[in-house]
Amino acid sequence: MSPPRRRDREALVRPYLITGGRAHPTVGSLGITTLVRAAPEAESLGLGPEHRRVVRLCSGGALSVAEIAARLELPASVTRVIVADLLDENRLQVLSSGREQAPDRELLQEVLDGLRALR
Amino acid sequence: MGSEPSGEVYLAPTVRTAVKVLVLGPFAVGKSTFVGTLSEIPPLYTEETITRTGAVADDPHGISGKTTTTVALDFGRRTLNDRLVLYMFGTPGQRRFLSLWEDLAYGSLGALVLADIARIEESFEIIGVLEERGMPYAVAINDFRNAEMPPDEELREAFDLLPEVPLVTCDARERDSAARAMISLVEHVLSVCPQQSQESA
Repeated sequence: MSPPRRRDREALVRPYLITGGRAHPTVGSLGITTLVRAAPEAESLGLGPEHRRVVRLCSGGALSVAEIAARLELPASVTRVIVADLLDENRLQVLSSGREQAPDRELLQEVLDGLRALR
Repeated sequence: MGSEPSGEVYLAPTVRTAVKVLVLGPFAVGKSTFVGTLSEIPPLYTEETITRTGAVADDPHGISGKTTTTVALDFGRRTLNDRLVLYMFGTPGQRRFLSLWEDLAYGSLGALVLADIARIEESFEIIGVLEERGMPYAVAINDFRNAEMPPDEELREAFDLLPEVPLVTCDARERDSAARAMISLVEHVLSVCPQQSQESA
């Protein structure tokens, strides 16, 4: 009988096998708050199980990379690689504009107005 | 007061812009509580394993740095208007987590440092890192015990804060109070954000 912790260990190791340590130019353009969703009628045919789970999750609507990681219990860095793969294959679409960047004054004012409306 | 957390998994289909704020602070200071109070979804949790390869995808020397640390990230989100969502990431922020931290900090609006009045010194390292990185921040004392507070001047001195850095007291469990702390951060970031049309003068 294996001790109960073994399963946890496997879960930790597996993601790195999924990404295989490949270099991936699309990854560099993704932040953890980049917003994505599945492309219309995206198919998960021919995908590995983790990639398929991401497509399935994202076919419900828009999410950040961080949320995909949390919902599927994958490390954020691994999720970025999977999302990048799927973007390259046009199975996912990016909704937010490009790289994450520090907000300008206009956007900061919008954030402020939104927070003030919470009170 | 705005709407209660909807528990809706997905963002509204009109949202196109995400901004992020870091919520930093020592162990058990109330980061998760703070994030949960402002979040419209039950807070999510992810772990990031820091290795040199993981943090910087194109680092050719990545293979050498094989020591790994797992850092917990609690985060939540709040949709601020039809097109804009705020993500809040709670994470320790100490120097030993710097590689994760820099990844997270990239493109973020700023940081809210949650502090405990009973162990002010545990915030020093975090504040030091923020100042080195030139990231705007505000300090919020999480006053969940309703402790008696020393006068503002004494507190500022204890934290060794620059005059422009906001110092507020909040109760991380109360939305109004947490929102006020977040507002003080964003007001500060706005006040130090350069005007765009400087060269036209």
